[in-house]
Amino acid sequence: MAAPALETRDLTVRFGGHVAVDGVSCAFEAGTLTAIVGPNGAGKTTWFNLISGQLPATSGRVLLGGRDISGLPASSRTRLGLGRAFQLTNLFPGLSVRENVRLAVQARAGAGADLLRRWTHRRDLIDEAEDILEQVRLSGRAGTLAAELPDGDQRKLEVALLIALRPRVFMFDEPTAGMSVDEVPTVLSLIQDLRRQGDRAILLVEHKMDVVRSLADRVVVLHNGALVADGPPAEVMESAVVREAYLGLEAALDE
Amino acid sequence: MSGGRGGVLAALLSDDGPRSRVLAVLLLAIAAGLAATPFVFPGSQPIGAAAKICVFIMLAASYDILLGYTGVVSFAHTMFFGIGGYGVAIALDRLGPGWGQVALGVVAALGLSCVLALAIGLISLRVRAIFFAMITLAVASAFLVLASQLSTLTGGEDGISFQLPGELRPAFRPFAEPVLGLAINGRVLAYYMILAVTVLVFLGLLRVVNSPFGRVLQAIRENEFRAEALGYRVVAYRTAASVISACAATVAGAMLALWLRYNGPDTTLSFSIMIDVLLMVVIGGMGTLYGAVVGATLLVLAQTYLQAVMAKASAAAAGAPIVAAILHPDRWLLWLGVLFVLSVYFFPTGVVGRLRGGR
Repeated sequence: MAAPALETRDLTVRFGGHVAVDGVSCAFEAGTLTAIVGPNGAGKTTWFNLISGQLPATSGRVLLGGRDISGLPASSRTRLGLGRAFQLTNLFPGLSVRENVRLAVQARAGAGADLLRRWTHRRDLIDEAEDILEQVRLSGRAGTLAAELPDGDQRKLEVALLIALRPRVFMFDEPTAGMSVDEVPTVLSLIQDLRRQGDRAILLVEHKMDVVRSLADRVVVLHNGALVADGPPAEVMESAVVREAYLGLEAALDE
Repeated sequence: MSGGRGGVLAALLSDDGPRSRVLAVLLLAIAAGLAATPFVFPGSQPIGAAAKICVFIMLAASYDILLGYTGVVSFAHTMFFGIGGYGVAIALDRLGPGWGQVALGVVAALGLSCVLALAIGLISLRVRAIFFAMITLAVASAFLVLASQLSTLTGGEDGISFQLPGELRPAFRPFAEPVLGLAINGRVLAYYMILAVTVLVFLGLLRVVNSPFGRVLQAIRENEFRAEALGYRVVAYRTAASVISACAATVAGAMLALWLRYNGPDTTLSFSIMIDVLLMVVIGGMGTLYGAVVGATLLVLAQTYLQAVMAKASAAAAGAPIVAAILHPDRWLLWLGVLFVLSVYFFPTGVVGRLRGGR
């Protein structure tokens, strides 16, 4: 049997006495979309940070296609096919929308070390960036500075950067947060397209339960840094632990 | 050439023209002025100022690669400038005047600069910006002390005076007759050699910042974290930028030494030069390279002629003691400081940023 596209084994991170991610073991197969849910502070984004290398783990391992990438810096993990979109928009604010995507295309193409040719002569990279902007419906904004985009468009650009990397594993962290209702379907259909291609694993942190129900093949629930439930959406979302995780939070907020 | 869009000029400027008519005119005026100085302005001061402008264009442009394009604040830039000067000076002083010695001095200096830039880059570009700035300051101070102490090699505080190859000496006359009214001698040839090197280095740096590599540097400046997340090894790119920048500064130092027939701590290593370069880049406009041309020209002209202008103004105001004192030529640095504060306040993006219609 082939190794899973992505796997974490006993992945743990401690900040002082606080265990933010607590021994999470989970494998993700290519061709599936896994939603990761849990209340705020459950450790979802922190777990993502450990996987993509933004944060060093205290212990445990991360395997990408069976290869141990635990000790690698974030840039190496990206080059090996682990793509990440960020929850808090994380772009190149002073550069144009087109240049943001072109830089991602250029990173994937491995053309960054070329210092003798003009960037304007890499038409292929520019054209591919334009195509991706078309896909995310941002072509009309190509010349705008990323910093000047409305929030929803910044989210789309974030997704565009991830698509440009053509990773084997896609990690989306609340891709539709802050989007207006009519923009959400564009992003969701993009994610669905990626899933249909069948050879990628998609991880999606999402709060909107209707989105989870309609997109996910599988739901993983994190609570207090630990993995508390894992299974098909219908089953998991009815389960007692999940209700407790969410209801417990609501009760705490009510106090 | 590949593509062929835009022709030769676009290729030379790497598709990154002035993008402002006023700036284009200003740059053409500077280029024409530098090209014509020996023929138009007689005497040793104008050609000396023009040579200094050339050298500082190289030095400021190379510093802009770090400060403006990559967002790295380094105070060790004059160290590389000094290495270039000492390389040429020591080679010509020890081994005698000759072109082979010039080449040897430049190559040895480039080698040392590369090694030092690599070492500083790999060791300290991993730390936060402020600590990196402190480390470069410490390394530059140490190098300055070292250059002053190793007097058998560097001439200590006195520096090294040396003989140039015959073709660059004032007595060398390639033509029997004056050309366009100017008797061409070795000094004029030396000047045009420096101008040619400046053009080459500047266009080379312009190509680097407009290459795929250069675009990554700007991405790092904008969002280092994201550049890393896209798969770019930020430390490697920054280190490469430091090495390129250091090499260009080394060439600038070598050219200055060849012009002055001398190199010492005060001409290439002092911190006041570091401050000058910082001013040139900021006043001209960070992250534009053309800003280095404008900034270097403005500052060198001010340094060369502001004192003379102030001496006249001070003499004219002799009746009013306080005004005369304020305008005394010794206060020229004060006025330069005032000009700097005003220009940063009114043109935060520098002269070039302003002319390009930026904010």
